[in-house]
Amino acid sequence: MTSTASFLGYRRPDARVGIRNHVLVVPTVICSAVVAERIAASIAPVGAALPHLAGCGQLGPDLALTHETLAAYCRHPNVGAVIVVALGCEQVVAQRLADEARRAGKDAHIVAIQSEGGTLRATAKGIDIARELAASVSRIDRSWCPASSLILSVKCGGSDYTSGLASNPAVGRVADRLVSLGGSVVLGEIAEIMGAEHLLADRASRPEAAAQLLRVVNRVEAEAIALGLDIRGTQPSPGNIRGGLTTIEEKSLGATHKAGERTRLEDVVGYAAPITRRGLTVMDTPGLDVESVTGMVGGGAQAVLFTTGLGTPTGNPIAPVIKITGNARTARSMADNIDVDVSGIMMEVESLDAAADRLLEELIGVCSGRPTAAERLGHREFAIHRRNPTI
Amino acid sequence: MNAVLVISGRDNVATALEPLDAGRTIRVAAASLTVVDAVPRGHKVALRAIGAGEAVVKYGSPIGTATADIAPGAHVHTHNVASTRGRGDLRVGPQSDAQPDSQSDSARIAEPPDPA
Repeated sequence: MTSTASFLGYRRPDARVGIRNHVLVVPTVICSAVVAERIAASIAPVGAALPHLAGCGQLGPDLALTHETLAAYCRHPNVGAVIVVALGCEQVVAQRLADEARRAGKDAHIVAIQSEGGTLRATAKGIDIARELAASVSRIDRSWCPASSLILSVKCGGSDYTSGLASNPAVGRVADRLVSLGGSVVLGEIAEIMGAEHLLADRASRPEAAAQLLRVVNRVEAEAIALGLDIRGTQPSPGNIRGGLTTIEEKSLGATHKAGERTRLEDVVGYAAPITRRGLTVMDTPGLDVESVTGMVGGGAQAVLFTTGLGTPTGNPIAPVIKITGNARTARSMADNIDVDVSGIMMEVESLDAAADRLLEELIGVCSGRPTAAERLGHREFAIHRRNPTI
Repeated sequence: MNAVLVISGRDNVATALEPLDAGRTIRVAAASLTVVDAVPRGHKVALRAIGAGEAVVKYGSPIGTATADIAPGAHVHTHNVASTRGRGDLRVGPQSDAQPDSQSDSARIAEPPDPA
C-alpha cells in the first residue's frame, strides 16, 4: 500500500493539492469564448480554456450556477494561474472570478474585449500575459503528497452489461481503498442513483445525509414525472438498451457500484459546490456525462475514474479523466480512448481485486503527471449545467 | 467461463456472457436451463417463471416489473419488463413528500405559442 499511498502533486498556497498545473483562460460569457480559446491555444498544453454557452441572458439560479462553476474552476488546485477574458457588458463579473483565484493564492489577470478594442488587441494582450504565466507556473515543482489529499470523481458513460459487472465494481474497490487511506470520492448523476438509493442511504454515516439523498432523488424523479414524459426516452439511453440494460433501476444498481461497497455516505452537495468531507459525497448533477464531470471537478475533484462499456472519448479541461472498460471489443475497437482494460474480469482471468490494484496504480501514476488518453487526444469537454431557458 | 452470470441468489434473471441460441441447454449453478429465445450477449435470460406484474430481480434488487408472463429460459428485456421509476407518461411513481421546487416548475413545458 505504501507504494500507492502518495504521489507527486502541486502544493498550493491555500493548502489544497493539484495534480495538473494549468493556466486557466476563462471566458465570462459565450461572446468571449473564441478569444479565450485562442489565448489558451498559444500556450498549449499548459493553457486550458473553459468555453461555455452561458454568462448572459440568465436569471437567478442559472446565473448563480454559471458564476459558481466558473469561480470553482478559478480556485481549483489543478490550476496554477488564471486569465479571465471578459466582453464588458455581460452579467458574469470578471472581477469576482479574478478575486476568487487570488483568494486561493493564484496570479490572476483580466482582459476585456471592449476596453482593449476588439478581438485582435484582446487576443494579443492575452497571449502576452499567457506566456508570462506559463513561464511562472513552470517554476512550481511537484512534491510528494498523500493519497488523503485526493478527491476522486467516479463516473460511468456509454454503459453496457460489462459496466455493472466488471468496471464499476473494480472502480468501487478503488473508491473503498482511497477512502480507507483518508481520501474522498464523489458520485454524481442523481437519475442514475434512482432505483439504488436505498443501498446508498443505508450506508449513510448520519441520518441527515440519507434524508438529503432521498430528497434529491425524489426531486429529480418528480421533475421527470412533471414533464409528463417517459424517462425511458433517455434513461437508459438507446445504446444502453442495445447493450442489454432494460430499465433505469438496472442501470442505477450497476452504476452505484462505482461508489464502493464499504464507504459510508457522508454528504450530499449541490452542483459544483465544494466537497468538504472525507469519504463519499453525492453531488446533484444531471446524467449527461460532460455536465456531470464539469460539476464534480468544480467541486474539487482532481481526477476522474470513468468507466465505459460502449466507449466514449470525453475529457475535462483541467482534470485528467481515466477511461476504463470491461468490454474486450471496446478495448480493441476504441483503443486510443481507453486507458485501462479490465475485460479480464468478464473472462474470469482477472479478479476484481487485481483489476483494482492496476487501477489504483494507474490513478497514482496519472496524479503524478502521466497523461491520460483523453489528455493526449486533446479531449477537454466542458459544459455548465443549466435548468432554465435563456431569457 | 460460464454462459451466464447470476449476481445474487435472490435474482430471477441471469446475464448472458455470450450469445445464446434458442433451444440451448445451459448449466446455472446446480440446475440446467433450456433457453427458449435467442438472447444476445449482455442481455438477460429468465431463471424461472416470472408472472406479469411480478418484480424482475437483478443485483438482489428489483429492476422493474414484468409486463407479461415470462417463461423460464426466455429473453428478458424492454418487451416484457417496464421500469417503475420516473414514468411521467403514466403519472405514477413512488410516494414522495418532495414537491418539485420552483426551478423545476419552470422546467415544465410551456404551452405552445398561439399559431395566430
